Amino acid sequence: MLDFVTTIGRVIISFLVATGRLALFTLNALFHLATPPFYPRLIAKQMIDIGYYSLPVVGLTTIFSGMVLALQSYTGFARFAAEGAVSTVVVLSMTRELGPVLAGLMVAGRIGAAMAAEIGTMRVTEQIDALVTLSTNPMKYLVVPRILAGLTMLPILVLVGDIIGVFGGYIISIYKLGFNPATYLTKTYDYLEFMDVFSGLVKASVFGFIISLMGCYNGYNSKGGAQGVGAATTNAVVSASILILIFNYIITELFFAR
Amino acid sequence: MTTMEPKIQLIDVHKRFGKKVVLDGLSLTVGKGESVVVIGGSGTGKSVMLKSVLGLLTPEKGSIKVDGEEVIGLGLSDRERVMKKFGMLFQGGALFDSLKVWENVAFGLIQGHKMDRNKARDIAFEKLAQVGLGAEVGELWPSELSGGMQKRVGLARAIAASPEIIFFDEPTTGLDPIMADVINNLIVKCVKELGASALSITHDMASARKIADRIAMIYKGKIIWDGSVAEIDKAENPYVDQFIHGRAEGPIKMEVKV
Repeated sequence: MLDFVTTIGRVIISFLVATGRLALFTLNALFHLATPPFYPRLIAKQMIDIGYYSLPVVGLTTIFSGMVLALQSYTGFARFAAEGAVSTVVVLSMTRELGPVLAGLMVAGRIGAAMAAEIGTMRVTEQIDALVTLSTNPMKYLVVPRILAGLTMLPILVLVGDIIGVFGGYIISIYKLGFNPATYLTKTYDYLEFMDVFSGLVKASVFGFIISLMGCYNGYNSKGGAQGVGAATTNAVVSASILILIFNYIITELFFAR
Repeated sequence: MTTMEPKIQLIDVHKRFGKKVVLDGLSLTVGKGESVVVIGGSGTGKSVMLKSVLGLLTPEKGSIKVDGEEVIGLGLSDRERVMKKFGMLFQGGALFDSLKVWENVAFGLIQGHKMDRNKARDIAFEKLAQVGLGAEVGELWPSELSGGMQKRVGLARAIAASPEIIFFDEPTTGLDPIMADVINNLIVKCVKELGASALSITHDMASARKIADRIAMIYKGKIIWDGSVAEIDKAENPYVDQFIHGRAEGPIKMEVKV
């Protein structure tokens, strides 16, 4: 019985320690985000890495999702003779949910893993210590550019992804399901409100922050050589993905719950 | 004990990781312009000592002074100011693999000392020549270099900003005897040219004899012997005697189990 209680206690304590460490790391990162010096070259490099090079992945994911969405909602709505709602369903699902969540998860896999691996390798090969001895703050040099890039690039990626996703739905609706192009576009436009797109972009920004934060945090605290870097990479992707889904619910609740 | 004006003073420094005591009241002084080598086996606290002076680890007790200024618990900006006095050669080189060789050497000048990029580049090539590397090496990436060349680049980076204090962490580990001697000669030459104070840690006695003015031996987190290079062979200390002759039998027992 005592063993059981000890185990529960140990799990709770290690969870609290981990949460506290992450909270301190986040506060530290935010402090350095707001104070100079800044590294514009590094910020630009990260923005290109996250924004530009993720475009193909996000584009492919959203176009096929848009296409599937049109097909599925058509077969569903046809049972109630409500096929006309396909365009509305596609555009709302894309902008509110699928655009940000799919882009977030794809970028978490692509960028979060790369960040954790790169910073983790720098940690275990003493490159982070070397930064300190060269009078450079590793939080400012490594973490801040990545967080800034995540925060600003994800909304842009999601906006592009939204458009591509809606276009995917349009292609299927027009060329396969036989909708009238003009009517389809008018309906898409008429039922779309500013808040639908805006909430998606807010989500994207939060997701971008989460991806960069988890990538940097896990990489920064990795230890024990190649195995440690591997574990950091896995943790970065898994924790970012779970947090994205949790925060997706929280933000949806904040925007749309009545 | 040195009679010179002290550059670095460690007084009764204690550091533990969990239950494991690593530094147990360590005291050591490095004089101005003096080269001190700390010898000792693996796990005796050599690296922890260096990292404590650099502020990468914080001791629980004791005092560390650089030029008479207490450096334990320094704030961010003061820490960066003090770090400008230091150069460090890491055991594995710790070169930044995302930067070219010359950018590695110029890193401290550009980031820490805010020097113009072109001027820093010229100095970087000068320093590379000083450690016997041609201009063509400067344009390579660190991954394209052999271990010995990486050490030389690391040395060029450590001396680039003409530091007052240089730390050498196992400078000859992993090198063949000839390359090890080349590095030893370069260390002696660079330290003399700069008039810097040097603190090295090693378990390579040939290297210690070559680069040291004074040798100190660390065992179980304490300095147990301290004297000039000439005195070490006459030292009537069984620990020193066992270590410098590399005998398995003696008072130092290898901890096979952790």
